[in-house]
Amino acid sequence: MSTNNQGIRDKVAVVGVGCCAFGENWNQSPSDMIVDAAYEAYEDAGIENPQQEIEAVFTGSLYTTKGPFECSDALKLFHRPVTMVSNYCATGTDAFRCGVLSVAAGLYETVLVLGYDKPKDRGVSGPSVMMDGVRDLPKTPAGWFSLCAATYFEKYGAGREDLARIAIKNHHNGTLAPKSFLKREITLEDYMKARIISWPFGLYDCAAQTDGAAAAVITRADRARSVRDDPVLVKAVSIQSGPNPQKDPGNDFLSWKPSAWAAEEAYGQAGIKDPAAQIGVAQVHDCFSLTELLSYEDLGFCEKGSAKEHIADGAFELGGRLPVNTDGGLKTFGHPTGATGVRMIYENVLQLQGRAGERQVSGAPERMALSHNIGGHPTACGIAILGRD
Amino acid sequence: MAGIAAFGAYIPPTRLPLAYLAGRPAKEGGPEKAVAWNDEDSVTMAVAAAVDCLSGMDRDCVDGVLFASTTHAFREKQAAALIARALDLRGDVRTADYSGSLRAGVSALRGALDAVSGSDAENILVIASDCRMAAPGSALEANFGDAAVAFLVSSENPLATLVGSHAVAEEIVDVWRSEGDPFVHSWEERFVVQEGYLPQMAAVVEGLLDKTSTKIADYARVALYAPDPRSHAALTRKLEAAPRTLEDPLFRKVGNSGAAFAPLLLAAALEAAAEGDLLLVAGYGDGAEAMAFQKCGEGRASGPSRGVAGHVARRRTVASYDRYLKARSLTPAEWNRGGDPGLSATVHFRERDEDLGFKGQRCRSCDAIQFPCQRVCESCFAKDDFDRVRLSDRRGQVVTYTFDYFFPNPDPPTIVTVTDIEGARVHLQLVDCRPEDTRIGLPVEFVFRRIHEGGGRPNYYWKGRPIDPGETA
Repeated sequence: MSTNNQGIRDKVAVVGVGCCAFGENWNQSPSDMIVDAAYEAYEDAGIENPQQEIEAVFTGSLYTTKGPFECSDALKLFHRPVTMVSNYCATGTDAFRCGVLSVAAGLYETVLVLGYDKPKDRGVSGPSVMMDGVRDLPKTPAGWFSLCAATYFEKYGAGREDLARIAIKNHHNGTLAPKSFLKREITLEDYMKARIISWPFGLYDCAAQTDGAAAAVITRADRARSVRDDPVLVKAVSIQSGPNPQKDPGNDFLSWKPSAWAAEEAYGQAGIKDPAAQIGVAQVHDCFSLTELLSYEDLGFCEKGSAKEHIADGAFELGGRLPVNTDGGLKTFGHPTGATGVRMIYENVLQLQGRAGERQVSGAPERMALSHNIGGHPTACGIAILGRD
Repeated sequence: MAGIAAFGAYIPPTRLPLAYLAGRPAKEGGPEKAVAWNDEDSVTMAVAAAVDCLSGMDRDCVDGVLFASTTHAFREKQAAALIARALDLRGDVRTADYSGSLRAGVSALRGALDAVSGSDAENILVIASDCRMAAPGSALEANFGDAAVAFLVSSENPLATLVGSHAVAEEIVDVWRSEGDPFVHSWEERFVVQEGYLPQMAAVVEGLLDKTSTKIADYARVALYAPDPRSHAALTRKLEAAPRTLEDPLFRKVGNSGAAFAPLLLAAALEAAAEGDLLLVAGYGDGAEAMAFQKCGEGRASGPSRGVAGHVARRRTVASYDRYLKARSLTPAEWNRGGDPGLSATVHFRERDEDLGFKGQRCRSCDAIQFPCQRVCESCFAKDDFDRVRLSDRRGQVVTYTFDYFFPNPDPPTIVTVTDIEGARVHLQLVDCRPEDTRIGLPVEFVFRRIHEGGGRPNYYWKGRPIDPGETA
């Protein structure tokens, strides 16, 4: 397929971001969280009269049954286009992408992107065990994402101790993020003693289940400096679909195809030749620890099969060569599906602007920042790459 | 001459040590009973017995299916049609259920023999399967077991021909289960045996001997239903049957399998019989029914069959009484807050070939086999150019797996795999396998099981099961 894959670079800027506190938000409605996230982003972008300044909204949620109206009603943004996007765990990144495309196309000047979800109103502690077809197996995300473990471990000799280091790292990073849900260090012993959810995943390999919302205000790059001195430019935003690995005859269960494909597309757009050198900070989809491990390789941060050596070297820790999930990731923020991709953009914008506090990665503003979601069986991946100029 | 051309059996491999019922730990080699696990019921066991019976045969030869059971899940809805679909039989197959009586198994067998004699049909599959529930702690609990048996009744090339038959009917409330009650109940044991079981069984056997001008001593194998071991012994004394001719009633191994019981013993007798042997089978319930057969040849089965002996030998012990209670839904459980997903009957209907018949497709352009059926080929992108192929009687290999502790299961974990079936990849549960025996490359065969109860109904699908090491071809 031939695409004009550099057509999007530097056309659109992020000028404001917001994020509500993620957690078991028993006392907050979806509207409450939407308002928290959006108004923080308005303030960050210097928007004083959103009803006049926001021209269009792209929102994403997997669990809501109310459609885009939930967002437009919460923010009282009427008489303008409000669109809802759904793309499994890549929903937030896809909502961001649709907003970016609309600005790049010249349709709007100022657009709000807002991702949210409220799974904790369902009365279950984990994801639902859903059965909507006769032949549906336990439809547990852990059961889907663990299918690469037996094969990967056998081929590359990795094991649960390698996954443990990812969980320990993310728990640590979460203690430094004010809006994270889990703010608790864990030890290798905690990890090993936890109950198994779906082998090899124990409790600490799994993302928490939380409510949350995150927002970004985007505008045309050529007017971004009139809004703020340190705008962040969109270098790339990609979405790729993949076959269901459970029935794909060509799947080797050593990597997830959509991640590699979305990375290829995004690196083309951003002009990235050496991701390990050109990317300074990354938020990757750690719905499960192994998903993060495979992403190191599928995104080209290291060679296929070599992740455990880089984990052992601390390459992906704060202070490492390429810090990953600097805010604690899905592990400590949880995974309100529609919110996650936008929450990652929130963190990357803070990192690029040197506003990430104790977890600030030195040198991050000089390089590019990547965010990545993969979801479904997994069957979809979204990547956004941001940079200062 | 009408007779039995092939037979097969299914006994669930899960065994409950009877010691558990007395609160004692299991003893190696101690008495036990066969129990259907939580993904099994009379329908899944029937499919397994039928697969065993039809091994190596062209299934298009089957003209009819008679299913006998007292424990089909639906009050209104036929099991035989579902079983015919799971077996991928012809669309114009005749189907009927025999139910409501312990005697249903032998009655269905007799009905099939009549149909074949009357040349209404050439080959009829008769399946008896039961999974009766006894209240925990009741006297019946130790005697009941679960099993299924299947016969292909035919006038063509039988292995045993019908010599004669006899039936008696009697009204007696001795053993019963009423509407809405999960448990079988029994009146006082001495009444049941003295006024029901013994006189009715003696009358039906004596009537059969009269009709066929035979004596009990002429029979090489005698297969008799009995509510318990003592009654079995009392009846054989009354009939003066020689102990060596008695078919082992399998108490303390399998248990009283209800409507399947007498037919299962007939299958065991057929396994042991020599050419020319006379066999007698008698079933009980609301009267009694008996038949005499003569072994006359090898029959029609051409593939390997596990039969009764093979299934008695294949066993695993339940870890605890509590696990058994959970598997049979006999303990109070938390209401599922996920809610009833309201599974669509339309979807169920549309996908019946794939879900029940386990049919995939072969691409006419590139030959790739795939599942489920799709409009566009997964490999070469050809559109609408496929032949449907049955996957259930093929074999597969585990590509990858996980042990899911999150999925509701009385005996976690649920083993979930991606299994390769001649190139098709299928997300499948693996059953009758321990986690420690699960590995990449494990060869598996396919079994028809319950998968979940979405929509408030039992839903059935296929699962993988390791092939016995001795059986790998």
